[in-house]
Amino acid sequence: MRRFSWFNATSLTLGFAFLYLPMIILVIYSFNESRLVTVWAGFSTKWYGELIQNEEFLGAAWVTAKVAFFSSCLATVLGTMAAYVIVRAGRFKGRTLFSGMIYAPLVMPEVITGLSLLLLFIGIGLDRGILTVVLAHTTFAMCYVSVVVSSRLVSFDRSLEEAALDLGCSPFEAFRLVTLPIIAPAVISGWLLAFTLSLDDLVIASFTTGPGATTLPIKVFSAVRLGVSPEINALSTLMIAIVTVGVITASLVSKRAAVQQARDERAAERAE
Amino acid sequence: MAASVFAPWTDPDQKPLIEFRNVTKRFGDFTAINDLSLKIYEREFFALLGPSGCGKTTMMRMLAGFETPTQGNILLGGQVIDDVPPNKRAVNMMFQSYALFPHLSIWDNIAFGLKRESRDKASIEARVEEMLRLTRLTKFALRKPHQISGGQRQRVALARSLAKAPKLLLLDEPLGALDKKLREETQFELMDIQEKTGTTFVIVTHDQEEAMTVASRVAVMDEGRLVQVSTPDVIYEAPNSVYVAGFIGDVNLIKGTASARTTATVEEPEAPTQPAENTPSAAQQERTPRPNSYGEWLHDTLLSPILGKRVEAPKPKQLPAPTPEETATAKAAEAPDIPEGGLSLKWADGEPDLIAVNGDPALDGKEVTLALRPEKFSISKTKPTGVANAVKGKVIDIGYLGNISTYHVELPGGLMVKSQVTNTRRIARRDITWEDTVWLSFTATAGVVLPE
Repeated sequence: MRRFSWFNATSLTLGFAFLYLPMIILVIYSFNESRLVTVWAGFSTKWYGELIQNEEFLGAAWVTAKVAFFSSCLATVLGTMAAYVIVRAGRFKGRTLFSGMIYAPLVMPEVITGLSLLLLFIGIGLDRGILTVVLAHTTFAMCYVSVVVSSRLVSFDRSLEEAALDLGCSPFEAFRLVTLPIIAPAVISGWLLAFTLSLDDLVIASFTTGPGATTLPIKVFSAVRLGVSPEINALSTLMIAIVTVGVITASLVSKRAAVQQARDERAAERAE
Repeated sequence: MAASVFAPWTDPDQKPLIEFRNVTKRFGDFTAINDLSLKIYEREFFALLGPSGCGKTTMMRMLAGFETPTQGNILLGGQVIDDVPPNKRAVNMMFQSYALFPHLSIWDNIAFGLKRESRDKASIEARVEEMLRLTRLTKFALRKPHQISGGQRQRVALARSLAKAPKLLLLDEPLGALDKKLREETQFELMDIQEKTGTTFVIVTHDQEEAMTVASRVAVMDEGRLVQVSTPDVIYEAPNSVYVAGFIGDVNLIKGTASARTTATVEEPEAPTQPAENTPSAAQQERTPRPNSYGEWLHDTLLSPILGKRVEAPKPKQLPAPTPEETATAKAAEAPDIPEGGLSLKWADGEPDLIAVNGDPALDGKEVTLALRPEKFSISKTKPTGVANAVKGKVIDIGYLGNISTYHVELPGGLMVKSQVTNTRRIARRDITWEDTVWLSFTATAGVVLPE
């Protein structure tokens, strides 16, 4: 069996190397004994130990986690509401304009979003800090959430909601008891998307941040300007590990659910 | 059978459960329902039948409360319900897609509506168990909708919509997703459940067989109007228009010019109450299937050495003795026994006129269509005697369906008609084959005369 020709094997290797070689190098050097990043001096985990003791990094990580959590929650609520209205409200005047306006920040350069938010906060006299970063992240993450949720809502069988109304639900109860549980996977993945977007945002955060609200990307970026330290490598490796575990778990869970559902359906057909 | 026939629509004192009063529904420029009035009575199984886009689904959605009439009113039990939202109506609906909640178990699906009312837990449980028993789903109670088959899902949807004991249950193409065999079983199940619960059912369907099977009355719709509202037998035997005749079942349409028959003693047309094939002469002819003289001779000379002596066919003792009426018609069977009045129809040059005694003499001189069901024809190779109408034709095609055979016969003038014969014997009418010249005959009341 010759499923891989030489050409296929080469292009595959090159492609993956292009994607993952930088990360692999980063992971390897995080275990470097030497303080000099480019000189290999033996295996060690000491930089991880030092990272844990580094108050500055820990503080920044905590700020980032807080910002990501609050902004993604807020963005999920607002984004889901926007998606629901856009998909469900039927045809009202200016519907196309509204849906276009929700998606526009997706393609807007981050610098512009960050700058305009900065001007707004200065304009209304809001002190820059964690709150402004949360608001800024909510603004741009919300459109991602609404894209994810509305794509699920479009394929949602409307008669399910009508059935709920027909059985005595008020419109809000119908949403809470029927629509929301069914679109929950899309809402959750919207939340995860918003969370990761907030985690790794540098540009908008650096425009809207203030004293005491230094997020991890800002911290890493400013630390790297003074030279790459092995601690940063260790930190990055940890982040890669967290993301990898998260992605693999999510895909395993959803795949198992799909397999289980297919098995149930086959069993039901046989039982008939 | 019950002594009194269920027919509340004939009683002017009966209060309708549902009343459409001059209802019009427009979507933008499109008129879905056009000035429609209709009464539906308690315990009825009412079918709305029509092609897609005729407005039947809109009527159902207005009853459920998902649409409001543009003009006119809808009354439920004497109350105008136009402004009552769907969750406040004593009306439940079974959706075409079943709309089962995928995240809830069968039990919770059925309990869903009950939990919205302020009921105590024990009564909800009792009611759910009762619905599970009624629909034979008890052992699936803890499964999720995707873990059961299509037929079971359909029953869950029915149980869920019946759980709140609505005054009116709406069924939107409920059996569309089932295969033919399961659909037929389920139709009888539905009728059974409707009878047990005594709920009024309104069913929307485009399947005319389904409507005919389940419904006490059928409304045939076209372009937002009711074309005919009546019992299935009247719709079938006495359609009021070419549209209805063509929509329900197979029909042969013979066009021609009507002329009132001489001595028009006005006799009420009887087609709806007395189906035409029950005319006594036809019944009398079929009552005693016996060999004719040629057959007897054939048996005596050729077959008796092999098969033994011919046994005289026993006199039909098991049949009731013919009434004097029947004997009279049997004697008169030689000559066509055609009541007076009605219309004769000139339909082709050089052919004798067709007689339809149930035609309205007022149509004299008008262009009309005679609608004839395929099973109303008798087909034979020789010219039949003693019948009102007989036309000659050529067999073009034969469709053998097992239980019946359909003959496609070309009449003079090129009109193709269908004739259906029940295959009562195992070798069905082998004497008639392609290209044969045959005679199609039918009684004077077999067809319905419809104005153009």
